[in-house]
Amino acid sequence: MTWQLWLELHLHFCMLSLLAVGGALAIVPEMHRYLVNELQLLSETAFSQSVTLSQIAPGPNILLVAVMGWDIGLQAAGGFESGGVAVVTGLLLALSLLIAAVLPSSLLSYFMVKWLQLHQHALGVRAFKAGMLPLVMGLMLSAGWLLQTASNPTMDWRLLLICAASMLIVLFTRIHLLWLMLGGAVLGAALGL
Amino acid sequence: MLAVVQREMVDRKQWMTLSEFAEEWALAQTIPGPNVVNLAVMFGGKHFGPTGALAAMSGLLLLPGLLMVSIVFAFQAFAHLPVVASALHCMGVVAAGMVMAAGWRFWPTLKQHPLGWPLALLLMVASFGLAAVVHWPLAKVIGVVGLVSCGLTWWRLQAKARS
Repeated sequence: MTWQLWLELHLHFCMLSLLAVGGALAIVPEMHRYLVNELQLLSETAFSQSVTLSQIAPGPNILLVAVMGWDIGLQAAGGFESGGVAVVTGLLLALSLLIAAVLPSSLLSYFMVKWLQLHQHALGVRAFKAGMLPLVMGLMLSAGWLLQTASNPTMDWRLLLICAASMLIVLFTRIHLLWLMLGGAVLGAALGL
Repeated sequence: MLAVVQREMVDRKQWMTLSEFAEEWALAQTIPGPNVVNLAVMFGGKHFGPTGALAAMSGLLLLPGLLMVSIVFAFQAFAHLPVVASALHCMGVVAAGMVMAAGWRFWPTLKQHPLGWPLALLLMVASFGLAAVVHWPLAKVIGVVGLVSCGLTWWRLQAKARS
């Protein structure tokens, strides 16, 4: 992978960091558009796996950026067959994109917290917060929908049903998400979906 | 994630009270970026300056990040097996349901929206359509829908404050 592409990815994620109002899930649709549709660095399957695995593993959601960086770096350097070079490239790109995704927003948090604490009841701040809410919801629902289509490109009705069931279970029960994920894995393997 | 952070910081370590936590969390959500990371940076920075912020941030990301890459590594090594591929497909749609549920959790707040819920819902549907169907870049979605939404909300709040 060329250093120009590396730089472009890094800078794009720096920008996304500042656009991530509402958290990491809100930028998932953009990562899909940019990495899968536009640059075609990630396949739908790789995208689906990155987001899915980041939901299983402990830690903040933003770590899915590291998984995507790992995938892109590994593939660009020739995959597992190329051995150590590919693994190192994957790890370095994972670290680089993760830093890009958290550093600008962290700097903003660090320097803005005092100002925000003073002005949190100001009209402008309240308007921003309330005004962004419909957008954040729409983006998170888009993230889920894009993940559904990436994991289920043929629109198998059984998978659609499982997706809807999973959403309802999360909304209406207090079951731990890991159990839900495990149930999904067993069901998928058993039915050969 | 929120529940774990709250339990650790409020109940177990007793670094802050519940109401302090709620306030910090609201601030962390207002600033762009991953919420939990923002919270960690604010908390670390408040008590120990830049080094505290950096320590909190790296503590939150480095070890889980390595763990995450190892999990991915393990899955990818077996992803060619049909059984693992099926399991991953199905886990993908389960995770999709979870993500959509995380978005829908804000519905009670949206119902109380200053713009009234029908207009807020319309703005939500618009941003869904633009991001998931039309595939607009995020900057454009925020620039158009975000500006309209924040502008209208600002105008509405101001009118309310006056009356």
